[in-house]
Amino acid sequence: MQKSPWIIHYDGSSCNGCDIEVLAALTPMYDVERFGVINTGNPKHADIFLITGSVNEQNKSVIRNIYDQMPNPKVVLAVGICACTGGIFRECYNVLGGPDKVIPVDLYVMGCAVRPEAIIDGVVKALEVWEDKRREMTRKRGLKV
Amino acid sequence: MRKDILIPFFYVVLAPLLGGLLAGVDRRITARLQGRFGPPILQPFYDVAKLFCKENLVAHRTQTAYIVFFLVFMVFTGGIFYAGEDLLLVIFSMMLANTFFVLAGYKGGAPYSSIGAERELLQIMAYEPMILFYAMGIYMASKTFYVEQIAVTQHPMLIVSLPGVFLGFLYVLTIKLRKSPFDLSTSHHGHQEIVKGITTEFTGPALGLIEIAHWYENILLLGLVGLFFAPNLWLGALAALLVYFLEIFIDNACARARWQLTVFSSWVVAAVLGFGNILAITLFR
Repeated sequence: MQKSPWIIHYDGSSCNGCDIEVLAALTPMYDVERFGVINTGNPKHADIFLITGSVNEQNKSVIRNIYDQMPNPKVVLAVGICACTGGIFRECYNVLGGPDKVIPVDLYVMGCAVRPEAIIDGVVKALEVWEDKRREMTRKRGLKV
Repeated sequence: MRKDILIPFFYVVLAPLLGGLLAGVDRRITARLQGRFGPPILQPFYDVAKLFCKENLVAHRTQTAYIVFFLVFMVFTGGIFYAGEDLLLVIFSMMLANTFFVLAGYKGGAPYSSIGAERELLQIMAYEPMILFYAMGIYMASKTFYVEQIAVTQHPMLIVSLPGVFLGFLYVLTIKLRKSPFDLSTSHHGHQEIVKGITTEFTGPALGLIEIAHWYENILLLGLVGLFFAPNLWLGALAALLVYFLEIFIDNACARARWQLTVFSSWVVAAVLGFGNILAITLFR
């Protein structure tokens, strides 16, 4: 099992409630660094793309860009109900919905606002997905050779 | 003769292990100072192992080549130091390794990595005079540039005649170990953009190599600290560890300084403590 998930956190259009919970997970109370989690904020260093909030016309290119800049294997984690479905912003004229409208999302973490425990649980699940993707990548690389 | 080959061999194998372990202890202590539990001691090794599983995305292929040179020259530098060779050669080859690192930063081609490379140059400008005074001071006290002979010097203990050079070297060591307040070009904490600077554009394996090169560099630098306590090298090793923990404390207690302060304060320290000490040795010999 992989032990060093580095995260890039991006917030679409939301109330910031989930953001605060994501940052709360880094504080002494929850201290996700115990599991090797680092909030890198740099797509080129990150393994997990953690998105809160819904996607709109303004930020869809940003999300796409961050996703493309991350080296494989990478996992996308949609955190909070807005990132899962669009949440209460769903009906807004410029909101497309969750980030899965723009990039492939691997895991969804529900909640409004999402609990830090649920975020940690999501990240741990994301590690399993990451490990599967890594195996897939090495297998493909092996086939090429 | 066999010792000449064995010790560098041990250095090549053990330095990354020790360096990684120290980095792990560093992260744990930093977490405790912030009231957190902190990652496992072996976390740096997990990180590097993970980085080698990742894809290497580069703007230019030469980017990775420069990083490989950086690592190779850093290993070479430490190797000749622990083999007991010429101290001047150690310092110049360390400089060359850092030059490759700067070139790699410029090759990234992105604004943050270029600014990081520029700041790395400023840092080199800041610490280099003191490093040269270090070599000069050690020579004045022990009458030789060969680490092998310095280590068994008949002099009571180098630090007795070089207290100023020692303190000055500790000052620039904060820059070399990339600790706050002088981690301008890149920080070893989780950061992005300008703070991560020179390493922003490196992914996966290249970042892993940078990390390993830093482990080698740290062990070399702690060796340079230990040399002050020759001929009592065990005391030197203990002092080097204490200095490392002091640096962790400074790292956590300080905010990041501006480059002006970094460069000018390092020069003042080098002039007053480094040059002053050497002048004193010359006058009161």
